[in-house]
Amino acid sequence: MLALDVQELQKTYANGVEALKGVSLQVEEGDFFALLGPNGAGKSTMIGIVSSLVNASGGDAKVFGASVVNQRSLAMSYIGLVPQELNFNQFEKPLDIVVNQAGYYGIPRRVALPRAERYLKELQLWDKHDKPARELSGGMKRRLMIARAMVNEPRLLILDEPTAGVDIEIRRSMWELIRQINESGTTVILTTHYLEEAEELCRNIAIIDRGEIRENTSMKELLSKLDVETFVLDLREPLRELPACEDMEIVMRDDYTLEVTLSRAKSLNALFGELDRRGLHVISMRNKSNRLEELFIRLVDKGEAA
Amino acid sequence: MSTSLNWVGYTTIVRKEIVRILRIWGQTVVPPAITMSLYFIIFGNLIGSRIGQMGGLDYMEFIVPGLVMMSVITNSYGNMVSSFFGAKFGRHIEELLISPLPNWVILAGYVTGALVRGLLVGGVVILVSLFFTDGLEVQHPWITLSVLVMTSVVFAMAGMVNAIYANKFDDIAIIPTFVLTPLTYLGGVFYTISLLPEFWQKVSAFNPILYMVNGFRYGMLGQSDVSLATVYLVIGLFAVVMFAACMFLLETGRGMRS
Ligand SMILES: Nc1ncnc2c1ncn2[C@@H]1O[C@H](COP(=O)(O)OP(=O)(O)OP(=O)(O)O)[C@@H](O)[C@H]1O
Ligand SMILES: [Mg+2]
Repeated sequence: MLALDVQELQKTYANGVEALKGVSLQVEEGDFFALLGPNGAGKSTMIGIVSSLVNASGGDAKVFGASVVNQRSLAMSYIGLVPQELNFNQFEKPLDIVVNQAGYYGIPRRVALPRAERYLKELQLWDKHDKPARELSGGMKRRLMIARAMVNEPRLLILDEPTAGVDIEIRRSMWELIRQINESGTTVILTTHYLEEAEELCRNIAIIDRGEIRENTSMKELLSKLDVETFVLDLREPLRELPACEDMEIVMRDDYTLEVTLSRAKSLNALFGELDRRGLHVISMRNKSNRLEELFIRLVDKGEAA
Repeated sequence: MSTSLNWVGYTTIVRKEIVRILRIWGQTVVPPAITMSLYFIIFGNLIGSRIGQMGGLDYMEFIVPGLVMMSVITNSYGNMVSSFFGAKFGRHIEELLISPLPNWVILAGYVTGALVRGLLVGGVVILVSLFFTDGLEVQHPWITLSVLVMTSVVFAMAGMVNAIYANKFDDIAIIPTFVLTPLTYLGGVFYTISLLPEFWQKVSAFNPILYMVNGFRYGMLGQSDVSLATVYLVIGLFAVVMFAACMFLLETGRGMRS
């Protein structure tokens, strides 16, 4: 069963901006799906249409078979949404915000109260449940929106940059929570600009750019397309002269740092041998950038050239 | 399933609105109590004692229904327009827009919230009036109540139309200042239209608030410038028009769904 089936979605805003130019996309039930793209690519617009906040100019989206256009109420009952921008009443209390949201999905208070408590605790917000929401920190506000989105136990959870502005520790605990949510059977769609987040969490991925899909494949498949990789090597002894190795592009950052770019089919052994011969020790080695990041930039650059 | 969805959704909105009214009680309940006390002191006591009778009633008594109606109208309208526009402005209206709730439930929930505020304030004004009169005997309780509720509902819906069209906070003050207040003052709160020259009587006949105030005064005191049938007809007509306008605007998502 498809959790989300987006068909030829188009959106032209009132100001004439063509945000989506016929986007089609499928997300299987149970998937953990990344929707990536540069600023202004149309991610939030697509999410807006799926969650009925934005009216489509053409096409349709089906949530578990229910059309967002023709069966709005049914389609919405499946979704939990964490929007990109804060959109709760800053004067209300977190507990009220979450319990009221449950009410809008027909969940009575006596069921909603313990559920809200559970999610607020999981998101480390319980000690603030009775304070006006405006007193929460930026990261806490984002977590509050996750608790709110989970209270109707949605079959499809859509997160539009949930970890923007959240500290590293909390981000990791949010990843853990979202992963658990996904493992318990909820389909998750995530947008983010932290590509290591997408690589860490997601199984399938679509890259959207200027209102069009550039890539739509599995994370594995996509990463295997990356044909070259760049490593950074830190040396214990200073380097006098650049080592020459076939099929590698070697750049000296400074006396102690080398950057090596090579095809993924090739091995680094030749370089290590050469360094060894000169009595140089490699004390650490890392990827120059996240692999997905590399790919992303290439794909988006290609779009730019086209 | 959908009956319980709609019912739970409705009660949630109403509850949230009541919490809001009580949270900001200093802006919702206190001001009308103060303003109306002033009206009673100045118009009822000081000036009223010189006027004597109006429409066969003690002037102080005469203005009570009008002032109650005036408060109910301003507060029902005001509650809707500030709460709904606030929700739009703060974007938390999106909490409802992404939910499975049909638009009529959203409308009903907000209207009930505005009705609660209207009745609460109306009750406060009646309480205040008891300090200035020797107690009022309500002549026709059902007429009193039905005119009160229907008027509150009509102005709540009018407030929603205003809130949907409004783009900034200034836009929610224009109609109350330039339309509601003049129509209310000219709607027979302080005088019977039989005092007006014939021409102005005819003009007044186009003022819907006149019918509401008179219907309510008839319910409370048994005195009216217009027939009861016209009262219900006018209020009913406005209710239908406002309901259609609200539903149309909510369905198109104007100002809410881009
Ligand atoms: N309400 C709106 N009215 C007019 N244009 C809009 C509106 N919302 C978005 N746009 C435009 O539509 C395009 C796509 O915007 P969208 O918010 O979908 O991008 P995004 O992929 O979510 O970007 P980001 O990563 O910055 O959140 C942009 O050019 C944007 O300026
Ligand atoms: Mg966005």
